[in-house]
Amino acid sequence: MNDKEPVLDAAFKGTVGNFALDVAFEAPLAGVTALFGASGCGKTTILRCIAGLHRLPGRLAVGDQVWQDDGAGLFLPPYRRRVGYVFQEASLFPHLTVRSNLTFGAHRAGKLGGRPVATFDQVVDLLGIAHLLDRSPVALSGGERQRVAVGRALLSEPRLLLMDEPLSALDRQTKEEILSYFEALNKELAIPILYVSHDIGEVTRLADRLVVLSRGGKVAEGPLGAILERLDLRPVTGRFEAGVVLTARVAGQDAAFNLTRLDHFGQTIVIPQVDAAPGTPVRLRVRARDVALATKRPEGISIRNVLEGTVTEIREEEGTAFAELLIDIGGGRLRARLTRHSVAELSLSPGVPVYALIKSISFDRRSLA
Amino acid sequence: MPETGIVWTDIWPPIRLTIELAAVTTVALLIIGTPIAWWLARSTTRWKEAVAAVVALPLVLPPTVLGFYLLVALGPDGPGGWIAGLWGERSLAFTFEGLVIGSVFYSMPFVVQPIRNAFEAFGDRPLEVAATLHATPWDAFWSVAVPLARPGFLTGAVLGFAHTVGEFGVVLMIGGNIPGETKVLSVAIYDFVETLQWTEAHLLAGGMLLFAFTVITAMMVLEKRIAKPGS
Repeated sequence: MNDKEPVLDAAFKGTVGNFALDVAFEAPLAGVTALFGASGCGKTTILRCIAGLHRLPGRLAVGDQVWQDDGAGLFLPPYRRRVGYVFQEASLFPHLTVRSNLTFGAHRAGKLGGRPVATFDQVVDLLGIAHLLDRSPVALSGGERQRVAVGRALLSEPRLLLMDEPLSALDRQTKEEILSYFEALNKELAIPILYVSHDIGEVTRLADRLVVLSRGGKVAEGPLGAILERLDLRPVTGRFEAGVVLTARVAGQDAAFNLTRLDHFGQTIVIPQVDAAPGTPVRLRVRARDVALATKRPEGISIRNVLEGTVTEIREEEGTAFAELLIDIGGGRLRARLTRHSVAELSLSPGVPVYALIKSISFDRRSLA
Repeated sequence: MPETGIVWTDIWPPIRLTIELAAVTTVALLIIGTPIAWWLARSTTRWKEAVAAVVALPLVLPPTVLGFYLLVALGPDGPGGWIAGLWGERSLAFTFEGLVIGSVFYSMPFVVQPIRNAFEAFGDRPLEVAATLHATPWDAFWSVAVPLARPGFLTGAVLGFAHTVGEFGVVLMIGGNIPGETKVLSVAIYDFVETLQWTEAHLLAGGMLLFAFTVITAMMVLEKRIAKPGS
Protein backbone atom coordinates (compact mmCIF):
# COMPACT_ATOMS: atom_id res chain seq x y z
CA MET A 1 0.00 0.00 0.00
CA ASN A 2 1.24 3.45 -0.90
CA ASP A 3 2.36 5.49 2.11
CA LYS A 4 0.66 8.66 0.94
CA GLU A 5 -2.67 6.97 0.43
CA PRO A 6 -4.91 7.57 3.48
CA VAL A 7 -5.86 4.39 5.30
CA LEU A 8 -8.00 3.14 8.11
CA ASP A 9 -5.66 1.58 10.61
CA ALA A 10 -7.40 -0.50 13.24
CA ALA A 11 -6.21 -2.78 16.01
CA PHE A 12 -8.46 -4.14 18.74
CA LYS A 13 -7.83 -6.74 21.37
CA GLY A 14 -10.21 -7.69 24.13
CA THR A 15 -13.09 -9.86 25.18
CA VAL A 16 -16.79 -9.42 24.57
CA GLY A 17 -18.70 -11.75 26.87
CA ASN A 18 -16.83 -15.03 26.59
CA PHE A 19 -15.48 -14.26 23.16
CA ALA A 20 -11.93 -13.07 22.55
CA LEU A 21 -11.17 -10.66 19.74
CA ASP A 22 -7.66 -9.88 18.59
CA VAL A 23 -7.43 -8.27 15.20
CA ALA A 24 -5.39 -5.66 13.37
CA PHE A 25 -5.90 -4.58 9.79
CA GLU A 26 -5.55 -1.75 7.35
CA ALA A 27 -8.06 -0.67 4.76
CA PRO A 28 -7.55 1.99 2.09
CA LEU A 29 -9.90 4.95 2.44
CA ALA A 30 -11.20 4.25 -1.04
CA GLY A 31 -13.39 1.59 -2.57
CA VAL A 32 -15.09 -1.23 -0.71
CA THR A 33 -13.31 -3.33 1.90
CA ALA A 34 -15.27 -6.32 3.14
CA LEU A 35 -14.90 -7.83 6.57
CA PHE A 36 -15.80 -11.38 5.75
CA GLY A 37 -16.35 -14.38 7.97
CA ALA A 38 -18.92 -16.72 9.47
CA SER A 39 -21.46 -15.49 12.02
CA GLY A 40 -19.84 -14.96 15.39
CA CYS A 41 -16.33 -14.28 14.08
CA GLY A 42 -16.35 -10.76 15.50
CA LYS A 43 -16.91 -8.68 12.40
CA THR A 44 -19.83 -6.71 13.81
CA THR A 45 -17.90 -6.04 17.01
CA ILE A 46 -15.04 -4.59 14.95
CA LEU A 47 -17.45 -2.30 13.12
CA ARG A 48 -18.99 -1.19 16.42
CA CYS A 49 -15.52 -0.45 17.79
CA ILE A 50 -14.73 1.66 14.74
CA ALA A 51 -17.94 3.63 15.23
CA GLY A 52 -17.19 4.01 18.94
CA LEU A 53 -20.39 2.23 19.95
CA HIS A 54 -18.32 -0.41 21.69
CA ARG A 55 -15.02 0.05 23.43
CA LEU A 56 -12.27 -2.53 23.31
CA PRO A 57 -8.63 -1.84 24.12
CA GLY A 58 -6.84 -0.83 20.95
CA ARG A 59 -5.95 1.85 18.49
CA LEU A 60 -7.81 3.37 15.59
CA ALA A 61 -6.76 5.95 13.08
CA VAL A 62 -8.71 7.14 10.08
CA GLY A 63 -6.44 8.95 7.69
CA ASP A 64 -4.52 11.47 9.77
CA GLN A 65 -7.11 11.51 12.57
CA VAL A 66 -6.68 9.29 15.59
CA TRP A 67 -10.04 8.19 17.01
CA GLN A 68 -8.79 5.87 19.69
CA ASP A 69 -5.39 5.58 21.30
CA ASP A 70 -5.41 3.90 24.68
CA GLY A 71 -1.77 4.83 25.26
CA ALA A 72 -2.69 8.52 25.07
CA GLY A 73 -6.03 7.98 26.82
CA LEU A 74 -7.86 9.07 23.70
CA PHE A 75 -11.31 7.80 22.84
CA LEU A 76 -13.45 9.93 20.60
CA PRO A 77 -17.15 9.51 21.49
CA PRO A 78 -19.26 8.09 18.65
CA TYR A 79 -21.09 11.35 17.99
CA ARG A 80 -17.79 13.05 17.17
CA ARG A 81 -16.63 10.37 14.71
CA ARG A 82 -17.38 11.05 11.10
CA VAL A 83 -18.79 7.65 10.22
CA GLY A 84 -22.03 6.69 8.58
CA TYR A 85 -23.35 3.48 10.09
CA VAL A 86 -25.89 1.29 8.33
CA PHE A 87 -27.28 -1.32 10.70
CA GLN A 88 -28.73 -4.72 9.85
CA GLU A 89 -32.22 -3.41 10.39
CA ALA A 90 -32.81 0.04 8.94
CA SER A 91 -33.58 1.49 12.40
CA LEU A 92 -35.22 4.63 11.02
CA PHE A 93 -36.71 7.00 13.58
CA PRO A 94 -40.43 6.21 13.48
CA HIS A 95 -41.41 9.61 14.89
CA LEU A 96 -39.84 11.48 11.98
CA THR A 97 -40.68 11.60 8.29
CA VAL A 98 -38.30 10.12 5.75
CA ARG A 99 -37.04 13.62 4.98
CA SER A 100 -36.33 14.41 8.63
CA ASN A 101 -34.61 11.05 9.02
CA LEU A 102 -32.39 11.90 6.09
CA THR A 103 -31.43 15.31 7.43
CA PHE A 104 -30.99 14.23 11.07
CA GLY A 105 -27.27 13.67 10.74
CA ALA A 106 -26.72 16.40 8.17
CA HIS A 107 -28.05 19.06 10.60
CA ARG A 108 -25.65 17.93 13.30
CA ALA A 109 -22.57 17.30 11.17
CA GLY A 110 -21.69 20.97 10.73
CA LYS A 111 -19.63 21.37 13.88
CA LEU A 112 -17.40 18.43 12.97
CA GLY A 113 -15.88 20.37 10.11
CA GLY A 114 -16.43 17.72 7.50
CA ARG A 115 -17.46 17.97 3.90
CA PRO A 116 -20.70 16.63 2.48
CA VAL A 117 -20.20 13.45 0.48
CA ALA A 118 -23.07 14.37 -1.78
CA THR A 119 -25.95 16.82 -1.87
CA PHE A 120 -29.39 15.93 -0.58
CA ASP A 121 -30.79 15.78 -4.11
CA GLN A 122 -27.92 13.62 -5.32
CA VAL A 123 -28.43 11.07 -2.56
CA VAL A 124 -32.19 11.01 -2.94
CA ASP A 125 -31.79 10.56 -6.66
CA LEU A 126 -29.12 7.89 -6.43
CA LEU A 127 -31.17 5.79 -4.02
CA GLY A 128 -34.48 6.37 -5.78
CA ILE A 129 -36.29 7.63 -2.68
CA ALA A 130 -37.64 10.97 -3.92
CA HIS A 131 -41.23 9.74 -3.81
CA LEU A 132 -40.91 8.65 -0.16
CA LEU A 133 -39.70 11.92 1.38
CA ASP A 134 -42.91 12.99 3.10
CA ARG A 135 -43.92 9.54 4.26
CA SER A 136 -43.51 7.97 7.66
CA PRO A 137 -40.84 5.24 7.76
CA VAL A 138 -43.43 2.92 9.30
CA ALA A 139 -45.21 2.75 5.94
CA LEU A 140 -42.15 1.73 3.90
CA SER A 141 -41.13 -1.70 2.64
CA GLY A 142 -37.97 -3.35 3.95
CA GLY A 143 -35.95 -2.43 0.89
CA GLU A 144 -37.15 1.18 0.91
CA ARG A 145 -36.30 1.51 4.58
CA GLN A 146 -32.78 0.24 4.06
CA ARG A 147 -32.27 2.66 1.17
CA VAL A 148 -33.37 5.56 3.37
CA ALA A 149 -31.02 4.32 6.11
CA VAL A 150 -28.13 4.34 3.64
CA GLY A 151 -29.09 7.83 2.50
CA ARG A 152 -29.27 9.04 6.10
CA ALA A 153 -25.79 7.70 6.80
CA LEU A 154 -24.41 9.23 3.58
CA LEU A 155 -25.84 12.66 4.40
CA SER A 156 -24.18 12.81 7.83
CA GLU A 157 -20.95 13.90 6.10
CA PRO A 158 -19.06 10.69 6.88
CA ARG A 159 -15.42 10.07 6.13
CA LEU A 160 -16.22 6.39 6.04
CA LEU A 161 -19.36 4.35 5.58
CA LEU A 162 -19.78 1.30 7.81
CA MET A 163 -22.29 -1.29 6.68
CA ASP A 164 -23.19 -4.15 8.98
CA GLU A 165 -24.82 -6.89 6.91
CA PRO A 166 -27.27 -4.34 5.53
CA LEU A 167 -28.99 -6.94 3.36
CA SER A 168 -29.40 -9.78 5.81
CA ALA A 169 -32.90 -8.80 6.90
CA LEU A 170 -34.17 -8.63 3.31
CA ASP A 171 -35.61 -11.23 0.98
CA ARG A 172 -33.64 -12.38 -2.03
CA GLN A 173 -35.29 -10.19 -4.62
CA THR A 174 -34.97 -7.05 -2.50
CA LYS A 175 -31.33 -7.91 -1.83
CA GLU A 176 -30.70 -8.00 -5.55
CA GLU A 177 -32.36 -4.61 -5.99
CA ILE A 178 -30.42 -2.99 -3.15
CA LEU A 179 -27.13 -4.45 -4.36
CA SER A 180 -27.51 -2.58 -7.62
CA TYR A 181 -28.08 0.65 -5.66
CA PHE A 182 -24.91 -0.07 -3.69
CA GLU A 183 -22.99 -0.59 -6.90
CA ALA A 184 -24.26 2.71 -8.25
CA LEU A 185 -23.29 4.44 -5.02
CA ASN A 186 -19.85 2.94 -5.14
CA LYS A 187 -19.41 4.17 -8.69
CA GLU A 188 -20.84 7.68 -8.22
CA LEU A 189 -19.56 8.75 -4.82
CA ALA A 190 -16.04 8.87 -3.47
CA ILE A 191 -16.89 7.37 -0.12
CA PRO A 192 -14.91 4.45 1.28
CA ILE A 193 -17.06 1.60 2.56
CA LEU A 194 -16.31 -1.01 5.16
CA TYR A 195 -18.78 -3.78 4.47
CA VAL A 196 -19.46 -6.62 6.90
CA SER A 197 -20.95 -9.78 5.49
CA HIS A 198 -20.94 -13.56 5.75
CA ASP A 199 -22.32 -13.91 2.23
CA ILE A 200 -19.52 -14.54 -0.26
CA GLY A 201 -21.88 -13.63 -3.11
CA GLU A 202 -22.43 -10.10 -1.78
CA VAL A 203 -18.77 -9.71 -1.02
CA THR A 204 -17.52 -10.74 -4.45
CA ARG A 205 -19.99 -8.43 -6.05
CA LEU A 206 -19.12 -5.32 -4.08
CA ALA A 207 -15.71 -5.60 -2.49
CA ASP A 208 -12.33 -4.62 -3.87
CA ARG A 209 -10.51 -5.83 -0.84
CA LEU A 210 -11.15 -8.50 1.72
CA VAL A 211 -10.28 -8.98 5.37
CA VAL A 212 -11.08 -12.59 6.23
CA LEU A 213 -11.93 -13.24 9.87
CA SER A 214 -12.40 -16.37 11.87
CA ARG A 215 -13.13 -16.75 15.59
CA GLY A 216 -12.10 -13.28 16.57
CA GLY A 217 -8.89 -13.19 14.55
CA LYS A 218 -7.74 -12.14 11.10
CA VAL A 219 -6.97 -15.02 8.75
CA ALA A 220 -6.04 -13.11 5.63
CA GLU A 221 -6.30 -9.70 4.03
CA GLY A 222 -5.71 -8.52 0.49
CA PRO A 223 -7.30 -7.78 -2.86
CA LEU A 224 -10.50 -9.74 -3.52
CA GLY A 225 -9.14 -11.81 -6.38
CA ALA A 226 -5.96 -12.85 -4.59
CA ILE A 227 -7.86 -13.91 -1.47
CA LEU A 228 -10.41 -15.95 -3.39
CA GLU A 229 -7.66 -17.82 -5.22
CA ARG A 230 -6.10 -19.01 -2.00
CA LEU A 231 -6.91 -22.67 -1.56
CA ASP A 232 -5.78 -22.72 2.07
CA LEU A 233 -8.64 -20.39 3.06
CA ARG A 234 -11.29 -22.86 1.98
CA PRO A 235 -12.41 -23.70 5.53
CA VAL A 236 -13.21 -20.01 6.02
CA THR A 237 -14.47 -18.98 2.61
CA GLY A 238 -16.83 -21.93 2.56
CA ARG A 239 -16.94 -25.41 1.10
CA PHE A 240 -19.73 -24.93 -1.39
CA GLU A 241 -19.35 -21.28 -2.18
CA ALA A 242 -15.59 -21.20 -2.70
CA GLY A 243 -14.60 -19.76 -6.05
CA VAL A 244 -12.85 -16.95 -7.83
CA VAL A 245 -13.79 -13.71 -9.51
CA LEU A 246 -12.86 -13.04 -13.12
CA THR A 247 -13.23 -9.72 -14.84
CA ALA A 248 -14.12 -10.08 -18.51
CA ARG A 249 -15.35 -7.61 -21.14
CA VAL A 250 -18.52 -7.85 -23.17
CA ALA A 251 -17.59 -8.95 -26.71
CA GLY A 252 -21.00 -9.38 -28.25
CA GLN A 253 -24.58 -10.55 -27.89
CA ASP A 254 -26.24 -13.66 -29.28
CA ALA A 255 -29.83 -12.44 -29.31
CA ALA A 256 -31.29 -15.62 -30.80
CA PHE A 257 -30.16 -17.73 -27.87
CA ASN A 258 -30.18 -14.98 -25.24
CA LEU A 259 -26.49 -15.31 -24.56
CA THR A 260 -23.71 -12.79 -24.07
CA ARG A 261 -20.15 -13.46 -25.21
CA LEU A 262 -17.37 -12.15 -23.03
CA ASP A 263 -13.70 -11.82 -23.76
CA HIS A 264 -11.28 -12.86 -21.05
CA PHE A 265 -7.71 -12.26 -22.19
CA GLY A 266 -8.39 -13.74 -25.61
CA GLN A 267 -10.57 -16.62 -24.45
CA THR A 268 -14.34 -16.55 -24.86
CA ILE A 269 -16.79 -17.05 -22.01
CA VAL A 270 -20.49 -17.39 -22.78
CA ILE A 271 -23.02 -16.46 -20.14
CA PRO A 272 -26.80 -15.91 -20.00
CA GLN A 273 -27.62 -12.55 -21.52
CA VAL A 274 -26.68 -9.36 -19.69
CA ASP A 275 -27.66 -5.94 -20.95
CA ALA A 276 -24.35 -4.22 -21.47
CA ALA A 277 -22.56 -2.52 -24.33
CA PRO A 278 -19.49 -4.14 -25.91
CA GLY A 279 -16.38 -3.34 -23.87
CA THR A 280 -18.23 -3.13 -20.53
CA PRO A 281 -16.32 -4.96 -17.81
CA VAL A 282 -18.32 -7.72 -16.14
CA ARG A 283 -17.39 -9.31 -12.84
CA LEU A 284 -17.97 -13.03 -12.91
CA ARG A 285 -17.99 -15.31 -9.99
CA VAL A 286 -16.97 -18.87 -10.79
CA ARG A 287 -17.46 -21.40 -8.05
CA ALA A 288 -14.89 -24.18 -7.72
CA ARG A 289 -17.60 -26.82 -7.79
CA ASP A 290 -18.85 -25.57 -11.18
CA VAL A 291 -15.50 -26.13 -12.86
CA ALA A 292 -14.55 -29.48 -14.45
CA LEU A 293 -11.19 -30.32 -16.05
CA ALA A 294 -10.18 -32.28 -19.14
CA THR A 295 -6.70 -33.06 -20.44
CA LYS A 296 -7.89 -33.06 -24.08
CA ARG A 297 -10.29 -30.59 -25.72
CA PRO A 298 -13.63 -32.36 -25.39
CA GLU A 299 -15.99 -32.73 -28.34
CA GLY A 300 -19.69 -33.43 -28.53
CA ILE A 301 -20.30 -31.78 -25.22
CA SER A 302 -23.02 -29.36 -24.08
CA ILE A 303 -20.70 -27.20 -22.05
CA ARG A 304 -20.18 -23.83 -23.80
CA ASN A 305 -17.11 -22.65 -21.98
CA VAL A 306 -13.85 -24.46 -22.58
CA LEU A 307 -10.87 -22.44 -21.35
CA GLU A 308 -7.27 -23.43 -21.89
CA GLY A 309 -5.04 -23.29 -18.86
CA THR A 310 -2.35 -24.85 -16.73
CA VAL A 311 -2.58 -26.43 -13.30
CA THR A 312 -0.58 -24.34 -10.82
CA GLU A 313 -1.50 -25.78 -7.46
CA ILE A 314 -3.24 -28.85 -6.07
CA ARG A 315 -4.49 -29.28 -2.53
CA GLU A 316 -5.79 -32.71 -1.65
CA GLU A 317 -8.12 -32.88 1.32
CA GLU A 318 -6.93 -35.79 3.40
CA GLY A 319 -9.64 -38.11 4.61
CA THR A 320 -12.16 -36.87 2.04
CA ALA A 321 -12.87 -37.67 -1.59
CA PHE A 322 -11.96 -34.15 -2.72
CA ALA A 323 -9.15 -32.02 -4.01
CA GLU A 324 -8.99 -28.36 -4.99
CA LEU A 325 -6.91 -27.12 -7.89
CA LEU A 326 -5.83 -23.72 -9.10
CA ILE A 327 -5.73 -23.28 -12.87
CA ASP A 328 -3.96 -20.40 -14.62
CA ILE A 329 -6.07 -19.41 -17.62
CA GLY A 330 -3.91 -16.50 -18.72
CA GLY A 331 -4.69 -13.19 -16.99
CA GLY A 332 -6.78 -14.91 -14.36
CA ARG A 333 -7.12 -18.04 -12.37
CA LEU A 334 -9.85 -20.55 -11.74
CA ARG A 335 -10.46 -22.82 -8.83
CA ALA A 336 -11.72 -26.33 -9.53
CA ARG A 337 -13.07 -28.81 -7.06
CA LEU A 338 -12.59 -32.42 -8.20
CA THR A 339 -12.42 -35.84 -6.61
CA ARG A 340 -8.97 -37.06 -5.67
CA HIS A 341 -9.72 -40.00 -7.87
CA SER A 342 -9.99 -37.74 -10.94
CA VAL A 343 -6.75 -36.01 -10.04
CA ALA A 344 -4.98 -39.39 -9.92
CA GLU A 345 -6.63 -40.79 -13.05
CA LEU A 346 -5.83 -37.72 -15.19
CA SER A 347 -2.32 -37.55 -13.66
CA LEU A 348 -2.85 -33.90 -12.81
CA SER A 349 0.04 -32.07 -11.24
CA PRO A 350 1.38 -28.51 -11.34
CA GLY A 351 2.43 -27.62 -14.90
CA VAL A 352 0.00 -29.95 -16.66
CA PRO A 353 -2.00 -28.20 -19.40
CA VAL A 354 -5.77 -28.64 -19.00
CA TYR A 355 -9.09 -27.49 -20.41
CA ALA A 356 -11.38 -25.97 -17.81
CA LEU A 357 -15.06 -26.59 -18.46
CA ILE A 358 -17.72 -24.28 -17.06
CA LYS A 359 -21.43 -24.62 -17.79
CA SER A 360 -22.90 -21.31 -18.93
CA ILE A 361 -25.86 -21.72 -16.61
CA SER A 362 -23.61 -21.82 -13.58
CA PHE A 363 -23.30 -18.05 -13.97
CA ASP A 364 -26.56 -17.23 -12.28
CA ARG A 365 -27.64 -13.62 -11.88
CA ARG A 366 -26.18 -13.64 -8.40
CA SER A 367 -22.72 -14.34 -9.70
CA LEU A 368 -22.76 -11.45 -12.15
CA ALA A 369 -21.69 -8.00 -11.25
CA MET B 1 -78.39 22.99 57.84
CA PRO B 2 -81.33 22.79 55.37
CA GLU B 3 -81.83 19.31 54.00
CA THR B 4 -82.22 20.16 50.31
CA GLY B 5 -79.96 23.16 49.70
CA ILE B 6 -76.50 22.22 48.49
CA VAL B 7 -73.79 24.42 49.90
CA TRP B 8 -71.55 25.02 46.87
CA THR B 9 -69.01 26.83 48.95
CA ASP B 10 -68.48 23.53 50.75
CA ILE B 11 -68.09 21.55 47.53
CA TRP B 12 -66.05 23.75 45.24
CA PRO B 13 -62.89 24.40 47.35
CA PRO B 14 -61.99 20.69 47.74
CA ILE B 15 -62.43 20.17 43.98
CA ARG B 16 -60.19 23.11 43.16
CA LEU B 17 -57.62 22.08 45.73
CA THR B 18 -57.55 18.52 44.45
CA ILE B 19 -57.02 19.63 40.85
CA GLU B 20 -54.25 21.99 41.95
CA LEU B 21 -52.57 19.30 44.01
CA ALA B 22 -52.79 16.72 41.20
CA ALA B 23 -51.50 19.16 38.60
CA VAL B 24 -48.53 20.33 40.66
CA THR B 25 -47.73 16.75 41.66
CA THR B 26 -47.87 15.53 38.05
CA VAL B 27 -45.53 18.24 36.84
CA ALA B 28 -43.15 17.58 39.73
CA LEU B 29 -43.26 13.85 39.03
CA LEU B 30 -42.49 14.30 35.33
CA ILE B 31 -39.48 16.39 36.28
CA ILE B 32 -38.25 14.09 39.06
CA GLY B 33 -39.49 10.78 37.64
CA THR B 34 -38.04 11.06 34.14
CA PRO B 35 -34.36 10.96 35.16
CA ILE B 36 -35.14 8.14 37.60
CA ALA B 37 -36.96 6.19 34.87
CA TRP B 38 -34.07 6.84 32.47
CA TRP B 39 -31.53 5.62 34.98
CA LEU B 40 -33.61 2.53 35.79
CA ALA B 41 -33.97 1.74 32.08
CA ARG B 42 -30.33 2.32 31.11
CA SER B 43 -28.13 1.60 34.11
CA THR B 44 -26.43 -1.75 34.46
CA THR B 45 -25.56 -1.58 38.17
CA ARG B 46 -27.01 -4.17 40.51
CA TRP B 47 -28.35 -1.40 42.74
CA LYS B 48 -30.90 -0.61 40.13
CA GLU B 49 -33.50 -3.15 41.25
CA ALA B 50 -33.17 -1.99 44.86
CA VAL B 51 -33.91 1.56 43.76
CA ALA B 52 -36.78 0.28 41.61
CA ALA B 53 -38.19 -1.48 44.68
CA VAL B 54 -38.02 1.71 46.74
CA VAL B 55 -39.85 3.59 43.99
CA ALA B 56 -42.49 0.85 43.84
CA LEU B 57 -43.00 0.62 47.63
CA PRO B 58 -46.15 2.78 47.72
CA LEU B 59 -47.85 0.14 45.57
CA VAL B 60 -47.79 -2.35 48.44
CA LEU B 61 -47.40 -0.23 51.53
CA PRO B 62 -50.60 0.74 53.40
CA PRO B 63 -51.06 4.48 52.75
CA THR B 64 -51.20 5.09 56.49
CA VAL B 65 -47.71 3.62 56.92
CA LEU B 66 -46.34 5.83 54.19
CA GLY B 67 -48.29 8.71 55.68
CA PHE B 68 -46.87 8.05 59.14
CA TYR B 69 -43.26 8.16 57.97
CA LEU B 70 -43.95 11.22 55.86
CA LEU B 71 -45.51 12.89 58.86
CA VAL B 72 -42.37 12.26 60.86
CA ALA B 73 -40.17 13.45 58.00
CA LEU B 74 -42.20 16.58 57.30
CA GLY B 75 -42.72 17.46 60.95
CA PRO B 76 -40.71 19.97 63.02
CA ASP B 77 -38.03 17.39 63.89
CA GLY B 78 -37.63 15.99 60.37
CA PRO B 79 -35.97 17.36 57.23
CA GLY B 80 -39.32 18.89 56.29
CA GLY B 81 -39.20 21.01 59.44
CA TRP B 82 -35.72 22.19 58.51
CA ILE B 83 -36.85 23.12 54.99
CA ALA B 84 -39.93 24.90 56.37
CA GLY B 85 -37.58 26.82 58.66
CA LEU B 86 -36.10 28.43 55.54
CA TRP B 87 -39.25 30.55 55.23
CA GLY B 88 -39.97 30.78 58.90
CA GLU B 89 -42.45 27.95 59.36
CA ARG B 90 -42.19 25.16 61.90
CA SER B 91 -43.24 22.21 59.81
CA LEU B 92 -44.31 21.04 56.34
CA ALA B 93 -46.98 18.77 57.77
CA PHE B 94 -50.54 20.04 57.40
CA THR B 95 -49.57 22.35 54.54
CA PHE B 96 -50.23 22.24 50.80
CA GLU B 97 -46.47 21.90 50.13
CA GLY B 98 -46.41 18.91 52.45
CA LEU B 99 -49.26 17.35 50.51
CA VAL B 100 -47.35 17.83 47.25
CA ILE B 101 -44.26 16.13 48.72
CA GLY B 102 -46.38 13.26 50.06
CA SER B 103 -48.20 12.88 46.74
CA VAL B 104 -44.95 12.81 44.83
CA PHE B 105 -43.81 9.79 46.84
CA TYR B 106 -47.23 8.18 46.78
CA SER B 107 -47.78 8.49 43.00
CA MET B 108 -44.15 8.01 41.95
CA PRO B 109 -44.47 4.37 40.76
CA PHE B 110 -47.44 5.24 38.57
CA VAL B 111 -45.34 7.76 36.66
CA VAL B 112 -41.91 6.14 36.75
CA GLN B 113 -42.97 2.65 35.70
CA PRO B 114 -44.69 3.52 32.38
CA ILE B 115 -41.87 5.90 31.42
CA ARG B 116 -39.22 3.31 32.32
CA ASN B 117 -41.08 0.69 30.28
CA ALA B 118 -41.23 3.05 27.32
CA PHE B 119 -37.50 3.81 27.57
CA GLU B 120 -36.74 0.10 27.76
CA ALA B 121 -39.07 -0.80 24.92
CA PHE B 122 -37.03 0.84 22.17
CA GLY B 123 -33.71 -0.57 23.35
CA ASP B 124 -30.25 0.80 22.61
CA ARG B 125 -30.48 0.90 18.84
CA PRO B 126 -32.21 4.28 18.27
CA LEU B 127 -29.69 5.94 20.60
CA GLU B 128 -26.78 4.27 18.82
CA VAL B 129 -28.17 5.45 15.50
CA ALA B 130 -28.49 8.96 16.91
CA ALA B 131 -24.88 8.82 18.13
CA THR B 132 -23.56 7.78 14.73
CA LEU B 133 -25.56 10.70 13.31
CA HIS B 134 -23.58 13.06 15.56
CA ALA B 135 -26.22 13.63 18.23
CA THR B 136 -24.71 14.14 21.70
CA PRO B 137 -26.33 12.05 24.48
CA TRP B 138 -28.27 15.12 25.66
CA ASP B 139 -29.43 15.85 22.11
CA ALA B 140 -30.36 12.21 21.52
CA PHE B 141 -32.37 12.14 24.75
CA TRP B 142 -34.55 15.05 23.64
CA SER B 143 -34.73 14.40 19.91
CA VAL B 144 -35.05 10.61 19.97
CA ALA B 145 -35.70 9.06 23.40
CA VAL B 146 -38.42 11.44 24.60
CA PRO B 147 -40.45 11.38 21.35
CA LEU B 148 -40.17 7.59 21.17
CA ALA B 149 -41.29 7.28 24.79
CA ARG B 150 -44.24 9.65 24.30
CA PRO B 151 -46.88 6.98 25.03
CA GLY B 152 -45.12 6.21 28.31
CA PHE B 153 -45.10 9.90 29.28
CA LEU B 154 -48.79 10.19 28.46
CA THR B 155 -49.72 7.12 30.46
CA GLY B 156 -47.47 8.21 33.32
CA ALA B 157 -48.91 11.71 33.45
CA VAL B 158 -52.52 10.51 33.32
CA LEU B 159 -52.00 7.81 35.94
CA GLY B 160 -50.00 10.13 38.19
CA PHE B 161 -52.71 12.79 38.01
CA ALA B 162 -55.59 10.36 38.55
CA HIS B 163 -53.87 8.53 41.35
CA THR B 164 -53.14 11.78 43.19
CA VAL B 165 -56.78 12.79 42.84
CA GLY B 166 -57.81 9.56 44.54
CA GLU B 167 -55.39 9.87 47.45
CA PHE B 168 -56.90 9.50 50.94
CA GLY B 169 -54.85 7.75 53.57
CA VAL B 170 -51.65 9.65 53.08
CA VAL B 171 -53.47 12.99 52.95
CA LEU B 172 -55.31 12.27 56.13
CA MET B 173 -52.07 11.43 57.90
CA ILE B 174 -49.96 14.37 56.75
CA GLY B 175 -52.52 16.95 55.71
CA GLY B 176 -55.40 16.57 58.05
CA ASN B 177 -58.52 18.38 57.13
CA ILE B 178 -57.87 22.10 56.75
CA PRO B 179 -60.41 23.63 54.32
CA GLY B 180 -58.77 25.33 51.36
CA GLU B 181 -55.31 24.14 52.43
CA THR B 182 -55.37 20.36 52.77
CA LYS B 183 -58.99 19.29 52.51
CA VAL B 184 -59.03 17.44 49.22
CA LEU B 185 -61.91 15.66 47.51
CA SER B 186 -61.59 12.25 49.07
CA VAL B 187 -61.36 13.72 52.55
CA ALA B 188 -64.33 15.98 51.82
CA ILE B 189 -66.44 12.99 50.82
CA TYR B 190 -65.49 11.26 54.03
CA ASP B 191 -66.49 14.38 55.96
CA PHE B 192 -69.81 14.72 54.18
CA VAL B 193 -70.66 11.13 55.01
CA GLU B 194 -69.64 11.60 58.63
CA THR B 195 -71.95 14.60 58.89
CA LEU B 196 -74.71 12.83 56.96
CA GLN B 197 -74.58 15.28 54.02
CA TRP B 198 -75.46 12.53 51.54
CA THR B 199 -76.35 14.81 48.64
CA GLU B 200 -72.92 16.45 48.69
CA ALA B 201 -71.25 13.08 49.12
CA HIS B 202 -73.20 11.70 46.16
CA LEU B 203 -72.28 14.67 44.03
CA LEU B 204 -68.58 14.36 44.70
CA ALA B 205 -68.48 10.57 44.55
CA GLY B 206 -70.46 10.53 41.30
CA GLY B 207 -68.17 13.17 39.87
CA MET B 208 -65.12 11.08 40.79
CA LEU B 209 -66.66 8.01 39.19
CA LEU B 210 -67.25 9.92 35.98
CA PHE B 211 -63.72 11.34 36.13
CA ALA B 212 -62.14 7.90 36.61
CA PHE B 213 -64.17 6.44 33.77
CA THR B 214 -63.26 9.31 31.44
CA VAL B 215 -59.58 9.08 32.28
CA ILE B 216 -59.38 5.35 31.66
CA THR B 217 -61.35 5.52 28.41
CA ALA B 218 -59.29 8.44 27.13
CA MET B 219 -56.11 6.60 27.94
CA MET B 220 -57.18 3.43 26.16
CA VAL B 221 -58.20 5.38 23.09
CA LEU B 222 -54.91 7.29 23.11
CA GLU B 223 -52.86 4.14 23.48
CA LYS B 224 -54.67 2.52 20.61
CA ARG B 225 -54.12 5.54 18.39
CA ILE B 226 -50.41 5.69 19.24
CA ALA B 227 -49.97 1.97 18.67
CA LYS B 228 -51.54 2.21 15.22
CA PRO B 229 -48.71 2.39 12.65
CA GLY B 230 -48.44 5.34 10.34
CA SER B 231 -50.54 7.75 12.37
